[in-house]
Amino acid sequence: MDISSLKALNAARHARRAVILLTDLTVGQERVIAPGDPVEEGLAAAVDEAFRSGKSRVVEMDGRKFFVNVHLPPPRLIVIGAVHVSQALAPMAKIVGYDMEIIDPRTAFATEERFPDIPLHAEWPEDVLKTRPLDAFTALAALTHDPKIDDYPLKEALLADCFYVGALGSRRTHAARVERLKASGLSEEQIGRIHAPIGLDIGAASPAEIAVAVLGEIISALRKRNLKTEAEAGKA
Amino acid sequence: MQDSFSPDDISAPVDVAERWIEAGRTVAIATVIETWGSAPRPVGSHLVIDGEGNFHGSVSGGCVEGSVITEAMDVIADGKPRLLEFGVADETAWRVGLSCGGRISVYVERIG
Repeated sequence: MDISSLKALNAARHARRAVILLTDLTVGQERVIAPGDPVEEGLAAAVDEAFRSGKSRVVEMDGRKFFVNVHLPPPRLIVIGAVHVSQALAPMAKIVGYDMEIIDPRTAFATEERFPDIPLHAEWPEDVLKTRPLDAFTALAALTHDPKIDDYPLKEALLADCFYVGALGSRRTHAARVERLKASGLSEEQIGRIHAPIGLDIGAASPAEIAVAVLGEIISALRKRNLKTEAEAGKA
Repeated sequence: MQDSFSPDDISAPVDVAERWIEAGRTVAIATVIETWGSAPRPVGSHLVIDGEGNFHGSVSGGCVEGSVITEAMDVIADGKPRLLEFGVADETAWRVGLSCGGRISVYVERIG
């Protein structure tokens, strides 16, 4: 493996970009491929499938063996609102293996005392997301039910194709939110991707129970999406 | 899926490999490229080895690392990649009808 390939692979991993290290096992040569890069016709289907499923595998083309090693970014969870539910969610997300961060411009809420051991941004989402953009490997949960704080990151999450977008609030709160997002230029289909009321329907009552419902819904969004794409790839 | 989505970690073998290279060490990287039956580590798992025999990561539950490290010394010496196959005697592999038992295929190559 060339040192340049190793460096390119690691640079992509650290920048949360999906990449494939494609190795021709017969001659021992490799290259780094990003989604959309040109690939030999015989390998294109396998490369596409790997980017969707996250599964690495050996493929054969013209009697030569290639290893398609796909690296997808680890899932990240951005929570808008340093609220009681977020306090319960933080340790749970850590156990499940999600990198969680909290954004809340209200400095009375976003304190280190309330949120030890978790990246906390006591700033407006507009400012934080400029330097830390959302992506398809990120889940976003908006928990303040304050339109001034929640609306912008919700819209950004839908535009960035986050694998999960959820918003806390009653049906009535959400109906008003849908109208505002429509007025901001989003389509009904885009807005329909928001999970609201947030969380699996398990009758959650306490903040910790709501956190379980939200985390369960996030896990389902990630894992079921992959099952679906893998099933489709299997049929193709 | 599971492995690709594990939390990012500065101790990932590919990061360790880059740091070792930067430090002037000779390095080989071993990668699980295929598994059959019940394999202890998924496809894509890495073990990195330096010229002194230091290693980081894993390609199995510890059963074949010794052999991989030995082979890696030869790979570092002559620069030629090797494709290694190991049988993993395992009850589950028998149950699913693989008369040969579980197997893993490991590709070992020198970096640089």
